[in-house]
Amino acid sequence: MYNEKVMDHFLHPRNVGEIENPDGVGQVGNPVCGDIMKIFLRIKDGRIEDIKFKTFGCGAAIATSSMVTELVKGKSLEEAMAVSNKVVAEALGGLPPQKLHCSNLAADALHAAIEDYKKKKAN
Amino acid sequence: MRRVYLDHAATTPVHPEVLEEMLPYLKEEFGNPSSIYSWGREAKAAVEKARTRLANLLGADPAEIVFTSGGTEADNFALRGVAAANRQRGNHIITTKIEHHAILHTAEQLEKEGFRVTYLPVDKYGLVRPEDLEEALTPDTILVSIMFANNEIGTIEPIAELARIAKSKGVIFHTDAVQAVGNVPINVKELGVDLLSLSGHKIYGPKGVGALYIRRGTRIEPLLLGGAQERKWRAGTENVPGIVGLGKAAELAARELPQRIKHLTELRDLLIEGILEKIDYVRLNGHRTQRLPGNANFCFEFVEGESLLLNLDLAGIAASSGSACTSGSLEPSHVLTALGIPPEIAHGSLRLTLGRNNTREDVEYVLSVLPDIVAKLRAMSPLTPGGGKENV
Ligand SMILES: Cc1ncc(COP(=O)(O)O)c(C=O)c1O
Ligand code: FES
Repeated sequence: MYNEKVMDHFLHPRNVGEIENPDGVGQVGNPVCGDIMKIFLRIKDGRIEDIKFKTFGCGAAIATSSMVTELVKGKSLEEAMAVSNKVVAEALGGLPPQKLHCSNLAADALHAAIEDYKKKKAN
Repeated sequence: MRRVYLDHAATTPVHPEVLEEMLPYLKEEFGNPSSIYSWGREAKAAVEKARTRLANLLGADPAEIVFTSGGTEADNFALRGVAAANRQRGNHIITTKIEHHAILHTAEQLEKEGFRVTYLPVDKYGLVRPEDLEEALTPDTILVSIMFANNEIGTIEPIAELARIAKSKGVIFHTDAVQAVGNVPINVKELGVDLLSLSGHKIYGPKGVGALYIRRGTRIEPLLLGGAQERKWRAGTENVPGIVGLGKAAELAARELPQRIKHLTELRDLLIEGILEKIDYVRLNGHRTQRLPGNANFCFEFVEGESLLLNLDLAGIAASSGSACTSGSLEPSHVLTALGIPPEIAHGSLRLTLGRNNTREDVEYVLSVLPDIVAKLRAMSPLTPGGGKENV
């Protein structure tokens, strides 16, 4: 059902966990099936210095969470905002059609975390 | 690696003795049972022998057994056949919220065709309340269809009592016994049911064959029209190897039933007790005792079912889940929902169904790997209480 890359990220997810006193947090629920993903950011000089995630969801949800953290770690916020669900799915070498919606979760949680950071900074 | 098959509610392996009896009908005994020469007569005799064996398992008369292409066709036949034959008498059908889709989708289609359908609720164990059936019956009711045992949670319904209520109002009673046959003693005469569906591949027989028991005199029309096979109750050249296999599977079920029940109940209780003891935040779905001997079904909070299944598969264990993420519709199982289980809890559902080949070692193996799998997934979950302690 899943390709090797997806299974690798599912079984050995990168950057699982939480960051204490994070600079930004984003949590989104998947309206389709009810899964939840949470992303924590540490930002330094406009770059993502550290990123962690926690996910309650299917294999694709966990794999896309892992992949999104890997894709944006060390990147600038602009670069991270440009990472879309499509980019995540492609980086994983594709997802089964009925699982494409799970990749929205990862990109949305990342973007929510960046927005949270920006809002906190503005205040 | 150790491989443990714990999805017998999905399908079972063909019993070696079943296969052995089937093989000649895939080779030299290939005749059409409708033909009058020796090949045909031999095939016909094999079909009739299978009919008798199946009738014996159910306490039925052989003439009351109609072979079908499986449980799904038997369910469609029962509902559509009774609906068509009784349209003049009324247009109301009663079933339950926890039926297999073979019943539910057929009932929904009948609603589109002008029938009114009541879907009875169940209590938190999945049991239908007899008083709910009593209240739902109207002078317009032509059919009650209630499953014998649920395929997900294993709950066994009080079929004899429910059938008695329907019959006291002169209403035809059907039960989908696909999961129950071969796992619990069934005598159609004692139960008082008019129609009963069953399937070969759930009882160590082949796939693509099943049967509908039709009590003599039941008002029903055939589903499939064509040739005169099955005394015109089911047209189409018989699936002779499949029917022979189902007959043998029924004979073995009748013979082995007491041992199967004892064996499966022991393993099931070991599994249930072990899991409830070793893992926190877990609930057993279904009734503790009034359940199929081989069925165990749990919800593990804060984790998702597909993730559980993938990890179990890597450990060589086959199981299933009612999680939204594992269903094509992306909705949690309608059965778990009917029990009142909230969607996020239903998300972590896991069904383990034992079979005759499973051993105590299989159960111990599951108990040795499952707690770590659940713990690993919980460490990744944002819902786990005290979740953010450590990075994993
Ligand atoms: C309760 C129930 N009814 C009907 C069916 C359908 O049987 P079959 O697979 O033979 O069509 C199943 C099998 O999944 C079942 O569990
Ligand atoms: S998150 Fe539910 S299907 Fe992927």
